[in-house]
Amino acid sequence: MIGKATAAGRTARFAFLGLWLVFTVFPLYWITITSLKAPGDIFAFPIAYWPEHLSLENYRALFGKADFGTYVTNSLLVATVAGAVATAISMLSAYVLARFEFRTKSALLMAALVTQMIPSFIALGPLYLLMTDLQLVDNRLGLILVYIAVCIPFCTVMLRGFFENIPDALEEAAMIDGLSRFGALFRVLLPVMKPGIIAAFIFNFVNCWNELFLSVTLLNSDSNKTVPTALNGFISSFNIDWGSMSAAAVFTILPTMLLFAFASRHIVQGLTSGAVKG
Amino acid sequence: MPAKVSQRSSRPRGGPPVPGAGRGRQRPEFTTRRGLLIAAFMAPAAVFVAVFTYYPMVAGSQMAFRNWKLADLTDTSWVGLKNFGDVFGDPIWGTVLSNSALWVFGSIVPQLVIGFALALWLRRRFRFRGLYQALVFFPWAISGFLIGILFRWMFNSEFGVVNDLLQKAGLIDEPIAWLADPKMAMIAVLIANIWYGVTFFAIMILAALQSIPDELYEAAALDGASRTRTLFQITIPYIRTTLALTVLLRIIWIFNFPDLIFGMTGGGPNNETQIVTTWMIKITQQGDYGRASALGLLVVATLLVFAVFFLLATREKRGVKR
Repeated sequence: MIGKATAAGRTARFAFLGLWLVFTVFPLYWITITSLKAPGDIFAFPIAYWPEHLSLENYRALFGKADFGTYVTNSLLVATVAGAVATAISMLSAYVLARFEFRTKSALLMAALVTQMIPSFIALGPLYLLMTDLQLVDNRLGLILVYIAVCIPFCTVMLRGFFENIPDALEEAAMIDGLSRFGALFRVLLPVMKPGIIAAFIFNFVNCWNELFLSVTLLNSDSNKTVPTALNGFISSFNIDWGSMSAAAVFTILPTMLLFAFASRHIVQGLTSGAVKG
Repeated sequence: MPAKVSQRSSRPRGGPPVPGAGRGRQRPEFTTRRGLLIAAFMAPAAVFVAVFTYYPMVAGSQMAFRNWKLADLTDTSWVGLKNFGDVFGDPIWGTVLSNSALWVFGSIVPQLVIGFALALWLRRRFRFRGLYQALVFFPWAISGFLIGILFRWMFNSEFGVVNDLLQKAGLIDEPIAWLADPKMAMIAVLIANIWYGVTFFAIMILAALQSIPDELYEAAALDGASRTRTLFQITIPYIRTTLALTVLLRIIWIFNFPDLIFGMTGGGPNNETQIVTTWMIKITQQGDYGRASALGLLVVATLLVFAVFFLLATREKRGVKR
């Protein structure tokens, strides 16, 4: 189809693909190995690429000394609630944008695009003042509300793509059968879209789980902090404790990696359709 | 339509799908209900985005013209263009600008080239292709901030693995102080960003490549076109729209992406990796909301102008293809 590959061409191709794979995976390998070294071995020479003995000491220290367990609970709570609510809300707006033609439609889509273009930091100061007025500063509910708003625009565009992939005929048939539009949406369309909806939720969850600047701005007290805020605290201190830091990094990356791997096909589909259609 | 269809689709009352029958929503008597439905479904999303995204953005914009310092909120008087003057007059403004340009183009060009190559090579099926894609996909799951931390550790001058590997390979004699050296720090953050961003290009371009009909290649092969010629005369023109849009989105996105630098160097050493958005965070953290907003407005204006020019420049070509 795309021309016959010569032996040399094929070797070059796999050499390139192999090199890129090593380059991509190495940082993850390296932070994991670092986290599994005994604290003293991290700064030992020569650098060990495969430590003699693995140790969980860094993880024990992380959960022992800092309130890392609390941060993890906070992050889980905030990301789950915000991700789920944003997905539900975006489903409604995405449905309307996929199925109806109306005058303000292109303006609404443009408004969604603009939120992706404007640096969120321009809003940080005013957002802090707004949350002060609403008495939601240093409050996990406040952070959840903000995260929902952050997730909605892209999630809507992504879900709209999924809706557009489902033929109109499906719900029209259901409506002819006597279901209302709501009935058609919830009983016929949503089951078909389940993989896409799960992918959208995972995408939202991962974004909230990773978010740093808003949480640093809006949360102060230790009992409310999320994981990225805690990591930022590790950096700000003069000497970075790379033992705890690497353990915390692995602990933050692993769940998101597993979730992404689980939903990667649908996330890719959502991203490509969303970005191509704008 | 044959009756067979309606039987198979278990439609007890309805007949075969007549064109227009399902479009009751477009009949005039449904207009009010239809409008209400659209409004009701859009409302939650609109309210959230309006209150927590647009309101702070607009409020932030007017702060750019006021004296808005968190340290003293008693005097928030209008100061005209003073904040903009402060930005332009800052001694590091020039450094920040050239760093931003270097950051954007030094990231996007390698990302595009490597991503394109990866996509071309991934187009043909091979065993474990799915697994390969899943593995090279993973940087996406990590936040820019954490990527900064990963690379900060690898580029550590004393205990970093990068120096160790380069020394083992005989490429350098002395360890390089990557993140403390003004020249090397930008290279280090660029390497990290290239590592992160290639996947996005590869995936977008691969999706576009897979939309090219095989017949085009078959015809080209019949005509005896070389592979280079096929690439430049069929592949690239066909996916030009996707390429252009992807590049546009990525430029905007990378311009607005301080997370990685924030985690890796914090803008240092001596502002050598300070870009517009990391500088903006720094000013916000210092509590000078007025000046930070002025900087933010400049970013928005630049990006809007850029987007319009970019779209105009690529629109004509888009009309020709497809």
